[in-house]
Amino acid sequence: MTATPAELAGVIPDGATLALAPDYSGCSLATIRELIRRGARGLHLVGLPQLGLQADLLIAAGCVAGIETAAISLGELGLAPAFDRAWRAGDVTVTESTCPAIHAGLTAAEKGVSHLPLAGVIGSDLVGLRPDWRLGPDPFTGEPGLLVPAIRPDFLLFHAAVGDKAGNVWIGVRRELMLAAHAARRTLVTVEEITEQDLLSDDLWAAGTIPALYVERVARAPAGAAPVGLRGRYGPDRAWLAAYAEAAREPATCKAFIDAWLRDG
Amino acid sequence: MPGCVMAEPERLLVMIGVIARLLTGLGHVAVGASSPVPAAAALVARELGGGRPTVSILGSESSNPFTDGGRELFDCAAQGRLDAFFLSGAQIDATGAVNLLGLGEPGRLRRRFMGSFGAPYLASLVPNVILFRTDHGVRTLVEKVDFVTAPGVDGRWLVTDRAVFRRAAGRLRLVSWHAGETPGTVRAATGFAFETAPGAGETPGLETAAAAELRGPVEAVLREVYPAFAAQLA
Repeated sequence: MTATPAELAGVIPDGATLALAPDYSGCSLATIRELIRRGARGLHLVGLPQLGLQADLLIAAGCVAGIETAAISLGELGLAPAFDRAWRAGDVTVTESTCPAIHAGLTAAEKGVSHLPLAGVIGSDLVGLRPDWRLGPDPFTGEPGLLVPAIRPDFLLFHAAVGDKAGNVWIGVRRELMLAAHAARRTLVTVEEITEQDLLSDDLWAAGTIPALYVERVARAPAGAAPVGLRGRYGPDRAWLAAYAEAAREPATCKAFIDAWLRDG
Repeated sequence: MPGCVMAEPERLLVMIGVIARLLTGLGHVAVGASSPVPAAAALVARELGGGRPTVSILGSESSNPFTDGGRELFDCAAQGRLDAFFLSGAQIDATGAVNLLGLGEPGRLRRRFMGSFGAPYLASLVPNVILFRTDHGVRTLVEKVDFVTAPGVDGRWLVTDRAVFRRAAGRLRLVSWHAGETPGTVRAATGFAFETAPGAGETPGLETAAAAELRGPVEAVLREVYPAFAAQLA
């Protein structure tokens, strides 16, 4: 069951739809590095519900054709520089969304239905950017309604603290990862450690555990979420992130920075 | 980042006082990304209110009660379990509409910001949405936003580092101006024309009790989520 991050990256083909956690949730930078190393191309990223460093690195390395997200940024460090450049050049398409529309789309996929109604949003110009969304009266109340289609990513990739030998993965309160695992066709995970314990044998763990039923492969990758950090384990490497935000403004320094990151890992 | 360019600390304290007063008596207040001033205000209101309102700060581990992932905040809002939320925007206009997405024509933007986040949804479902900007100016406060991420409604507040506005009859009106400002200086710094509300005057400063809370328990939480901001207030 256990694999390496490089093997996980090898499972994700060019052109796949890949759901990625935001920086606060659980980022498998160890696998992102391998995707860049193997020269992945044409990926379509889905933010859960927003994208951060992982997406910007993949975009900088030319791995990405499009994104669907509620936002993309480096958080307090501002705009995602490589994305901003690719967007201006028309190299990356953006399917603009909003957080609850992505949650609703994933929930529809989780339930195996084609769409879900969503409250709010009507009145925003965002609706006009989404020809695939449907407007119409709610059949029960007659009120104006918005329907959003299911989002079923080919892959979900994330990093978590603990997995077990059976492939169960503990995500604690990061339940957007549970939702995304239910919605995605295939889920790939890196973990800090693989425990001897059966995570489903103790309710304290099981309540926060994605069962192996949904998980295709687990790879051990200590510090696999660095430099973004992992809740409860280690914080972000703020100096690294600030250095990236600066270097990524120009294509040449961006490439040199990422090349150095690939060599270090 | 919208709402994140910082004004002088004294003006931030005035903003915190204004917002904290607006939150008094509410049950549940949530604070989204990149919102240090609202976070401070909500925590001050909570301390002064003896634990009420409940404050959910996204991105915090110590002040975030949610256990059902990213969707829970939004589910709360649609059910009416969330009383107040805060929005900023690269542009905020005379009708209280906010633009988080970009500049240019919708669908053909020439510049793009971070994205819409949850604003299109929360703005229409949360009863008290408070708009804020810490860099009140003619380029941020405009007659009409290029892109309506979320439209405004009557009764909505806008709190900036210069003044407080509230929407009535379809447009924002000046409710108060902070110490050091006049209606004239606010007008000169604002990209839309506005009327002055009846009874308008200078914004009251941060109360002593609120300031004490800000230096104590509130600062501890701010240091976790917004360390640079906490240092600026200290």
